[in-house]
Amino acid sequence: MTPPPPTGPVGSASADAAIRAEGLVKHFGEVKAVDGLDLTVPYGTVVGLLGPNGAGKTTTVRILATLLRATAGHATVAGFDVAKDPDAVRRSIGLTGQYAAVDEYLTGRENLDMVGRLYHLPKGYVKQRADELLERFSLTDAADRPVKTYSGGMRRRLDLSASLVATPRILFLDEPTTGLDPRSRLQMWEVISDLVADGTTVLLTTQYLEEADQLAEEIVVIDKGLVIAKGTSDELKTAVGGDRLEIVVHAGSSLDDAASALRSVSDGEPAIDADTRTLRAPVSGGSTVLVDAVRALDAKDVRVDDLALRRPTLDDVFLTLTGHAAEEEAAPATAGAKPRRGRGRGRKES
Amino acid sequence: MAAVTAADVRPAPESRASIGWFFHDGFVVAKRNLIQSIRVPESIFFSLVQPVIFVLMFAYVFGGAIPIPGQAAEDAYRQYLIPGIFGQTVAFAAAASTVGLADDLHKGIVDRFRSLPMTSSAVLFGRTAADALQQVAVLVVLSITGFIVGWRINNGVLEAAMAYLLLLLFAYTVAWVGAWVGLHMPNPQTASTAGLIWLFPLTFLSNAFVPLQGMPVVIKTIAEWNPVSSLVLACRELFGNPTGFQQILPDAAWPMRYPVAYTLISCTVVIAVFSVLAVRKYRSSAG
Repeated sequence: MTPPPPTGPVGSASADAAIRAEGLVKHFGEVKAVDGLDLTVPYGTVVGLLGPNGAGKTTTVRILATLLRATAGHATVAGFDVAKDPDAVRRSIGLTGQYAAVDEYLTGRENLDMVGRLYHLPKGYVKQRADELLERFSLTDAADRPVKTYSGGMRRRLDLSASLVATPRILFLDEPTTGLDPRSRLQMWEVISDLVADGTTVLLTTQYLEEADQLAEEIVVIDKGLVIAKGTSDELKTAVGGDRLEIVVHAGSSLDDAASALRSVSDGEPAIDADTRTLRAPVSGGSTVLVDAVRALDAKDVRVDDLALRRPTLDDVFLTLTGHAAEEEAAPATAGAKPRRGRGRGRKES
Repeated sequence: MAAVTAADVRPAPESRASIGWFFHDGFVVAKRNLIQSIRVPESIFFSLVQPVIFVLMFAYVFGGAIPIPGQAAEDAYRQYLIPGIFGQTVAFAAAASTVGLADDLHKGIVDRFRSLPMTSSAVLFGRTAADALQQVAVLVVLSITGFIVGWRINNGVLEAAMAYLLLLLFAYTVAWVGAWVGLHMPNPQTASTAGLIWLFPLTFLSNAFVPLQGMPVVIKTIAEWNPVSSLVLACRELFGNPTGFQQILPDAAWPMRYPVAYTLISCTVVIAVFSVLAVRKYRSSAG
């Protein structure tokens, strides 16, 4: 199902990957939004660009989608140089941004028709393709209503449909579920998974760790305009360490007794959070460690409210890598990192 | 779920010369903007309220106090006023371009356009053309209003048609200035005020509402060279309405002696300059 790599006019070195960026730099005045970023996305894969607000995710996507010109560095998309041959890049890509870029006053069908015509596709083809996409994204009933009447999730699906009119082999999804309610988010995830199954190459940005975990085969973690880690979700979690045993001690039992019980089964010193009466300790050996832990706790006469074995989440990964949590607000120094226009900051809260 | 795979039906784009795509893309964008204005009829309605109020106010409140040189008839001022209202109204069309573009930038539609393999300048050519075309509907309503208060077309159909074409050309011209202003706006709210302020001096420092005679020399000179004055004077002459001059003397300012020529020249120059500036701004604001 993977589309064959195109025979681009650029050398073979750049034609073998759908997206290749080398030493990408973008400065907005004093702000270094992207600061020497390298990225390779092979054909037919989904790569998640994960990072907090202001990490440079959107700027990177905008450079690759030819909306911004890099200050320095070099990037090819579908084998074409983004700076030298933007039109060839635009013919090969679809872009869905953080805010649904569809016209509110046009109907869903009119929006798709407009975009298809601007991709310079034949009129009859665009009409048929619009019908297919509306059907596929459950928008057929709303197809002839102005977009103004759509819900947030419907707008986002229409926006994604618009990016797919020309059946691009490479798709950029810039925070495709930001601001959506949980149900709409799940719907978007399904839609994106289907696309991936069809062989579309996807570069996805997100600040939701769960989303990267769900959708992306490879995750590239960026912070302050630089790649700080990459790998599969499992690889990143392993890099942070193995499983953790987590227990919540009952109010009547001693935390010290619980800690000494845990010491006998864990690989390291348990961390004690007295406020929540929670103990965490690194363990190995899978689920048998649970049985051992229960026995050890019972021997010390410690009663527990909760006991669980869990794998490290991407939150743990992020905390370990950057020293701050993923959802933390962008530092003031990087707050201006996004281009000031075309992305109304005020709309984010709405 | 329809099986639409990435590999199956990716059609080749149509091939066409780039000038052909320029018109094609401009047409697609203009169509989108016209559909917008049909879906939001309030926008045309409110763009009419102001000129209609001006007609009524000037015709019945100020009109009696404004003598028209060489005209004794009671309704002379109303005859004089309506082409001035036309001129003022088409000039204000610029504000729609400013707000429209600022809104498109803000809502991310421009990002969508920029990610497409379209002729980028078509976004602006389509917008300005659609904004000028909207003025057709506005001029129809205003002409009827004028007719009701006593304004008449006293010359031939050909002259009248030419007057209307000049008005539309002027609307297209200011739409380019408005577009250029819109591309500099940080948000639609700022655009809706900044898009208007320059239009007040532009339209009031002219012969649109009062004859030039009574103005202080400096103001009068500015007004004589203001393209709004030449447009309005040209319309008055073409419609056969009072011009505000007893007779146009050979030593009058050049634009007042050749209002049609001056209007055509100034529109051409402004379109040439501002289309280049706006297209350049549009392309460069991509960073």
